[in-house]
This record gives sequence, structure tokens and C-alpha cells, in this order.
Amino acid sequence: MRWRSLASPQPRIGVVTYPGSQDDRDALWALAALDAEAVPVWHDERELPDLDAVVLPGGFSYGDHLRCGAIARFSPATAAVREFADVGGFVLGICNGFQILCEAGLLPGALLRNESLRFVCRDVPVTVERDDLPFTTRCTAGGRLVLPVKHGDGGYLPPPDLDPAQVVLRYVDNPNGSIEGIAGVCNEAGNVMGLMPHPEHAVDPLLGSDDGALLLASLVDAARERVLAAI
Amino acid sequence: MKATVLVRPKPGILDPQGEAVGSALGHLGFEVSDARVGKVIDLEVEASNAGVAKALVEQMCDQLLANPLIESYEVEIVG
Repeated sequence: MRWRSLASPQPRIGVVTYPGSQDDRDALWALAALDAEAVPVWHDERELPDLDAVVLPGGFSYGDHLRCGAIARFSPATAAVREFADVGGFVLGICNGFQILCEAGLLPGALLRNESLRFVCRDVPVTVERDDLPFTTRCTAGGRLVLPVKHGDGGYLPPPDLDPAQVVLRYVDNPNGSIEGIAGVCNEAGNVMGLMPHPEHAVDPLLGSDDGALLLASLVDAARERVLAAI
Repeated sequence: MKATVLVRPKPGILDPQGEAVGSALGHLGFEVSDARVGKVIDLEVEASNAGVAKALVEQMCDQLLANPLIESYEVEIVG
């Protein structure tokens, strides 16, 4: 049992690094800046350390070969993340992490090549659809966030039977041809979420926006509550 | 045994690559009403006969080579 401060325990949030992950360090930095203990997790690890939440970062895992996320889905760490999610653990997939969660079947749908065939890299406004998830409690439903996107394969295709309640974020101006402008979705239970925009690149106003901190700090809050509940 | 897998974007799935190829062919003066871009995967598998090989490669398609939500596949055993 690790030592925890009872008053304000610092939750431990893991960030998985796959071969080709790029944004793992930014995610670790952002989570630490938001008062989590950020724990690097190597893709080869079959068992996760003692964690309260997991982030799958952006990048180009396994070179995006075959399809984005298709190979990372078979990583030992992904199997461990699946077990963590199955028992209600909070899992957030950002960009390539979102693609991996879709390929792994932890989230519904698939991400296709951008409609324009161009890589998009800019700050975009998104509308928050739900503020009752572990990832969005610091946001307001109907409110807007400005977050950077940077991807070539971000066109979200939902399955035909997607429950509209699983849509968490929508683009205001669709940058990639996502169906119904969907920028982020969650699973039915609401403990797994994926999004194409990068909250970890938007936690300091110096970088253009700190709206990403609202999403990540929500996750830190939820993870902290989990720690308190376990004490 | 040698197997060839054809993976195609399913009908109705937006294929911007196919559209770009179709429009480039149009610029070259070819009249193309539709173009779709898929991929070919050539495999060499250990199997006692063609039926076994085909079943094996279909399992590979279901588990990895194609994403059933967006892609269809065809397996051909070429001997």
C-alpha cells in the first residue's frame, strides 16, 4: 500500500509510450502540472503499475502501418489497459490513442483519412456535449473549448447504432470530415473516452489556449476521488 | 501456400484517396466515373491444403488485416 495524503491525495495517472508515440512527454508534463503523479508506462509492460487513470497519447504508434492503431492494439500494455477499463478504470485516448481505443474495440467507430487528404494542424473550437463524465466535469455542456488538432486520419465514422449520448465533443467547423462533426466519444459506461484534439498541448495560455486543462483536470479530479473512495 | 488478400473500403464509406485518384485520372483525359483505393496483402502461409489456408487467412483478416466497420476483404489462394 503506497502512502497517500488523506487530505488531498495525488492520483497516479499512467501514460503509455508505444514505439512511435510522440505526445507522451507532453501528456506526462501536463498531468504533473495539474497535480497528478504522472507515471510513464512502457508498451511492453503486461501489467500496469498501481494507477488511478491511464492516458494513451498521440503520435504514430508502430508507424501507423496497416491502419492507425491497428498494431498497437496487440501491445502487452494495451491488453493491460483493456483489463483496467473493464473494471471501471478511467482511460483517455488522445489522437493516436483514440485510434488505438477504436481499433481495440474499447470505443465504437473508426477513424478515416481526413476528407481533404491534408494533414490538419491548427487550433479549433469544439462544443462540449456532456459535462457529467470523469473527463468533462470541469467543463459546461454547451460551452466551447479551443484545442489544437494535428492529424491526417481524424475523420470519425460512428457505427450505425451509436447512442448520441456517447458523443462528448463536436467540432464547430469540421476540420476532417468527421460524421456529424464528432470530435470525441465515450464508451457506454462513460469510463473510456477518446478525442482527436490535443488537450495536453493546451494547458498554458502561453501556448495559445489552456482549455485542455479543463479536460485533463477533470480526469485528475475523478482519479483523486477514486483514491479517496478506496481509502 | 501463397495467398493474396484484397482489402477494399466498403461501399458508402468515404474514400478521399479514391476521389483524388479519380480526379487525377480525369485531368489526364480519362473518363472515370468512380475510383476506390484499397490494398493488396500477399502472404506465404503454412497449410496442408487450399481450404485450410483460406480459413487461416480469413481469420487473419477478421483479427487484423481488415477493419470490419470500414473495409471488406477477399482472400485468394494462389497455390
